[in-house]
Amino acid sequence: MSEFPTNAKVVVIGAGIVGNCLVGHLARLGWTDLVLIEKGPLPNPGGSTGHASNFIFPVDHNKEMALLGEQSADQYRDMDLSVDSGGIEVARTQERMDELDRRMTSAKAWGIEAHLLSPSEVKELVPFINEEVILGGFYCPTVSVVDSLETGTVMRKEAIETAGCQVFANTEVLDIETTQGEGGVTTVSAVVTDKGRIEAEYVVVACGVWSNRIANMAGATIPLVPTVHQMADVGPMDILAETNNEIGYPIVRDMDTFCYERQSSGSMEVGSYGHRAILHHPDEIPSNQEAALSPTEMPFTPDDFDDQMETAIELMDMLGDAEIKYAINGLLSLTPDGMPCLGETIEVRNLWSAAAVWVKEGPGMAQVVAEWMTYGYPRVIDAHGADLARFYEGERSDEHIWSRADESFIKTYGIVHPAEQWEGRRNIDVGPYFSRQQDLDAMFFQARTWERPQWYGANADLVERYDLSERTVEWDNRWWSPITVGEHLNLRENCGLVDLSAFQIYELEGPGAVQYADYLAVNKVDVAVGRSIYTPWLTPDGGFHSDLTMMRTAQDKVRIVTGVFDGGRDSFWVNRHMPLDGSVKFTNITKQVTTLGLWGPNAPTVLGQLTDADLSQNGSPYGSVIDVEIAGLPCTLFRVSYVGDTGWEIYTNWANGPALWDALMAAGADQGIRPTGGGVYGTSGRLEKGYRLMGAELESEYNPLEAGLARPKVKAADFIGKEAYLAAREGTTEVAMCTLTVEDQTDSQGRQRFMQGGNEPILTLDGGRIVDSHGRASRVTTAGFGPTVGKHLLMSYLPTELAVPGTDLQVMYMNELFPVKVGSTGAIFDPENTRLKS
Amino acid sequence: MTLLILCDHDRGTLAEASLEALTFGRQLATDAGIACHAVVIGQGAQEASAQLAAYGAETIHVINHEILTDFGPEAWGEALTQLVRSVDASAAMACGTDRGNEVMAQVAARLNVPFVANCLDVTPNSEQWEMTRVQWGGSLLEDATLETDGAKIVSVTHHSCEATPAAAPAAGTTTVFSPELESALSRTVVTDRVVLTQGITLATAPVVVGGGRGVGSAEAFAPLEELAAALGGVVGCSRAVTNNGWRPHSDQVGQTGTRIAPQIYIANGISGAIQHWVGAMAAKNILAINTDAEANMVTKAGHAVIGDLHKVIPAILEEIERRKG
Amino acid sequence: MRLLVCVKRVPAPGARINITADEQAVDSAHLGFTTSPHEECALEEAVQIAEAHEGQVTVLTLGPAEAEEQLRYAASVGGNHFVLLPITEVDWDAQRTAAALTQAISDLEEAEGPFDLVLFGNESADAGGFQVGVRVAHALGRPIVNGIKGIDVAEGTVTARREIDGGFEVYEIPTPAVLGIKEGINLPRYPTMKGRLASKKAVIEATEPTAEPGGQKRRRLHRPEEAASTTVILGEGPEAAPAVVDLLEELGVLS
Repeated sequence: MSEFPTNAKVVVIGAGIVGNCLVGHLARLGWTDLVLIEKGPLPNPGGSTGHASNFIFPVDHNKEMALLGEQSADQYRDMDLSVDSGGIEVARTQERMDELDRRMTSAKAWGIEAHLLSPSEVKELVPFINEEVILGGFYCPTVSVVDSLETGTVMRKEAIETAGCQVFANTEVLDIETTQGEGGVTTVSAVVTDKGRIEAEYVVVACGVWSNRIANMAGATIPLVPTVHQMADVGPMDILAETNNEIGYPIVRDMDTFCYERQSSGSMEVGSYGHRAILHHPDEIPSNQEAALSPTEMPFTPDDFDDQMETAIELMDMLGDAEIKYAINGLLSLTPDGMPCLGETIEVRNLWSAAAVWVKEGPGMAQVVAEWMTYGYPRVIDAHGADLARFYEGERSDEHIWSRADESFIKTYGIVHPAEQWEGRRNIDVGPYFSRQQDLDAMFFQARTWERPQWYGANADLVERYDLSERTVEWDNRWWSPITVGEHLNLRENCGLVDLSAFQIYELEGPGAVQYADYLAVNKVDVAVGRSIYTPWLTPDGGFHSDLTMMRTAQDKVRIVTGVFDGGRDSFWVNRHMPLDGSVKFTNITKQVTTLGLWGPNAPTVLGQLTDADLSQNGSPYGSVIDVEIAGLPCTLFRVSYVGDTGWEIYTNWANGPALWDALMAAGADQGIRPTGGGVYGTSGRLEKGYRLMGAELESEYNPLEAGLARPKVKAADFIGKEAYLAAREGTTEVAMCTLTVEDQTDSQGRQRFMQGGNEPILTLDGGRIVDSHGRASRVTTAGFGPTVGKHLLMSYLPTELAVPGTDLQVMYMNELFPVKVGSTGAIFDPENTRLKS
Repeated sequence: MTLLILCDHDRGTLAEASLEALTFGRQLATDAGIACHAVVIGQGAQEASAQLAAYGAETIHVINHEILTDFGPEAWGEALTQLVRSVDASAAMACGTDRGNEVMAQVAARLNVPFVANCLDVTPNSEQWEMTRVQWGGSLLEDATLETDGAKIVSVTHHSCEATPAAAPAAGTTTVFSPELESALSRTVVTDRVVLTQGITLATAPVVVGGGRGVGSAEAFAPLEELAAALGGVVGCSRAVTNNGWRPHSDQVGQTGTRIAPQIYIANGISGAIQHWVGAMAAKNILAINTDAEANMVTKAGHAVIGDLHKVIPAILEEIERRKG
Repeated sequence: MRLLVCVKRVPAPGARINITADEQAVDSAHLGFTTSPHEECALEEAVQIAEAHEGQVTVLTLGPAEAEEQLRYAASVGGNHFVLLPITEVDWDAQRTAAALTQAISDLEEAEGPFDLVLFGNESADAGGFQVGVRVAHALGRPIVNGIKGIDVAEGTVTARREIDGGFEVYEIPTPAVLGIKEGINLPRYPTMKGRLASKKAVIEATEPTAEPGGQKRRRLHRPEEAASTTVILGEGPEAAPAVVDLLEELGVLS
């Protein structure tokens, strides 16, 4: 073993699947001077990798998880440390059969081979299954079983051989030191271990279930909690032993009982996600010395497993007489939203997280982090859902993490609706109108920590007025209400008042503010005071990092307004690139300023009753930002619309919000004003206008040309991603964002179906996938009913030759095909924007 | 005022454990200010007297009785109990071997007094004795107090003190004690002895030669078989080996296989996964042969050879051959 | 054939055992519990004998109320009747334990008839007192031999083997008898899933034990000083062979 070094370029802490793959990928990207530190022994240090069941089911409804799972599976295959065992998700209920149809749809979206099997077809593949308790199965032949410990060893050795990575096992981290770097930025400086202190430019926490504790040493947070997943190894059984293989039969996921049965040599591993959520604080995890097995193989609590045993025996009778040879409460990491924690920590510069990653996505996630460190943003895939910066303060507390893990554990194998809401930890952040909205029987949807009315129960009369009805199929109707259609139609006919308090609002101020704002944005921010700019922010590779509004509110002041899902990432991005000379001050004013949206043909009349300001297109032209008094309250009017009808975003001090709300509602009483929810603002109104949403249509994998958001000219000033953007403008644009109309929503059972916008694949008329030369498949990014156009609308990127209005294609939904027609690359409703100009 | 030290012997040759007991007891007697007597039971005891004296036995009690043809825990316990009573011994002890602890437990049961097994250290205060003893096979220590009006019965942890002769030999006066033993006590006297060569199992083998992923193939286990045979042991393997189909599951050492407790476990090319370690950790000694000095098995083993097992094992076999020849 | 096995619930720690702040017990906050290993083998042996001789196995334990878990485990691997002597203290000393077990066994025998064979573990994994079985046997007036690694049962007698260097001592013991069992006598079975599920229905009889404390008092537990790095590297590559053979000779395994 070499001498413990005193400094290194990069120190990676943790030699599980993630840490090992990370040093391997860093080495491949040309990094040298790497040090890998591990508290436990090698090759199995005692973390979650060591007891993982090591299988990969590649189909996931979530794009990041699906694609990185596939990416990871391929990396395991490339190392020849993977066997395609196949896997079957079996259904015991009709609800699950429907879910399997949804799985088939996602499989199609990602191009993964999959088949629906009858019970007897399942039995042909798994002869020891009791086909009488199942209704069918979802079979995926490329489900694989990997050797994660050996993969880690191979990747580590590659880093040692090609980049001189130094590895220190049995080395415990005692502290992570930080320093106040240039511009007063807290920056990681050294790792203190029981073998010595090592100064480092970069430190990566890849410590699995211990990650938050390690990050805390530097004052950073990685919100995850160690959670028990029970597993029992039973056997031996002749039929398994006779395969003479680690795995000879497909893995069975008994989804409705939250169990899996995975052959391991002559035994069967029965794993469960069906028990109560058992969470541990990292300090409760024993050390390698203290643990009877390994730290993350905690004592089995059999009472929690008994129900699963019964259902396992029901599915495979032979399990009942097999001996339980080994059983654990294995620890894995859960996060508040079920996604990994990747990227630089928001609190400490150059301290990175590669955590909450399971074996199934380990190599791919490690590649994401390595690319992020190398290029400033991941290349292999857009990873905004895994970006550690997405979490708000309220999501980083133990209380929140534990509550969410407690609630989400059972969803691991659950059927989770795309719009499903959390029960616990609600009302963390609410707008100033919250009590009024409660009185109006608002249905609140939570966006990260913020509560937003999706529709108002008080508007139920609109259902009758517009002769609306519920959707036939419960799944389509779940987390939806025809009231939202009523609110939409009323807005188009009269006007609606939309609570936009969840907007994340920031201010750049100082002599360098405008120049810095221009450096962040594609479009020119250095405009006249009182003008706004709708603009992308790009990654260094020219893809979307953000898509938001910036307003020049004063000579040296720029306001940034972004969506509630993006505030964390966007504010981190601003901080990360901030000039260090003190010329710019960055402030979060989200909770000082509240926003109300007032839109509809009657909006000018309503507002006109409350102000003397000139509200005409001359006095308040589209895109302008003017300070006015409304009902005696100082407000800022921003003439803009995200729903397609004329009106304003009205900004005022948080404290004035309720009075403003009351004044607008009173003034609008005889103008048909209705409080209007996010169902209109975020979906139906937006969709009819073809407005793109960050995180849905807009991702780092796409650029403004493809999204249809490129301006005719490129500004002279430099900005992040400019070089890549200019290159893209020189090249050919392969795809275009389109709005499609569903021409017939009737399914094989004669029911009207409503696609949810969950990555449903857009297919050619012969059912083929549509994939561009970068491997990007056409899939639904947003879906929703357009009440005014009377059609269900879908958004999707399409190759330019197909992105022609009138082109006939198909969409798959719940494993059925529906005809769709390309409507527009812009707006379906009022493409000339006449209503905005009225 | 006497401390009786039970000494085990094989046809007059004292067991190492007995010398340890004498070494420990001699000091204890001195500390307690009492006499140090040895007790030997059965045939051939006389021959041991010189050695007992050298180790500090002032008096040597030789116990003889017709049913004491061989070891018998009850008969030995009853005989020693009668001697304790007869000489009004204030204490009795033995080395904490299986036999020593068993006989002392018999004595304590018969006298209805406490028995403190496996002491590392005894402080004989006048009122009560204080001791440190082992728990959890030595992983923990317990400070305990022995309170009794009767004889103090203890054993000293085997291998915890080095047997050393007294500075000057003691008198070693031999005296014969003839207990009165009911014939019924012969019910637990050894009736036969068998030497076992056949049927060594993984669980009971004195030597296990284990192979892991590093062995490489089913065929490559041949030298391990040869080494096991040379040492009167058997071959075991890790889970990876079973998974690869190189060896049957019955050879698997580990949490999900067999738990072994041999005199020595020679772990070849085994990384030391936790599941495997749990099965192997009861081995008295572990020798790891591995190319990776950082491997878990190496850091946990008492002894290790860093190197390729395919070269090291043949060299060991050669060396064994050479010494035999 | 009526058999009784006495078992003890003990924590299942790792290599490093933590101690509670009052130094009176093992800190089991995050440990699992198990049946002391020798007793697990005793239970297996009893079940095997019962299976071969149409016997019934009663399992008896003295311990905290949670020791029910070990009795249910015994049920899951073939035990038939279960008796818990619940105590509230951390542990009872050997004399006190033996007295309570003797009383319980006498009571059971009075009600249901004598046990042909009572099995103990050679010593408990934790306290390691090496005496409870001997005390109970003596109190019951029955023969006992410890360290047993082999049993053959015949009418009115049991042949027990005890391991010594290079072989076994053989004992022919009249029944009823008591034996102290040592690990290695068998490979205890694991519970089957069905066994585990059935064990939840097992009836556990609980009787508060009464017995006076004995004369061995615990003052405190502590950990021995840890040796730094204990691995002795005998050498690198084939050159290490002589050192290896030296070691084998020293251990006496080279015949």
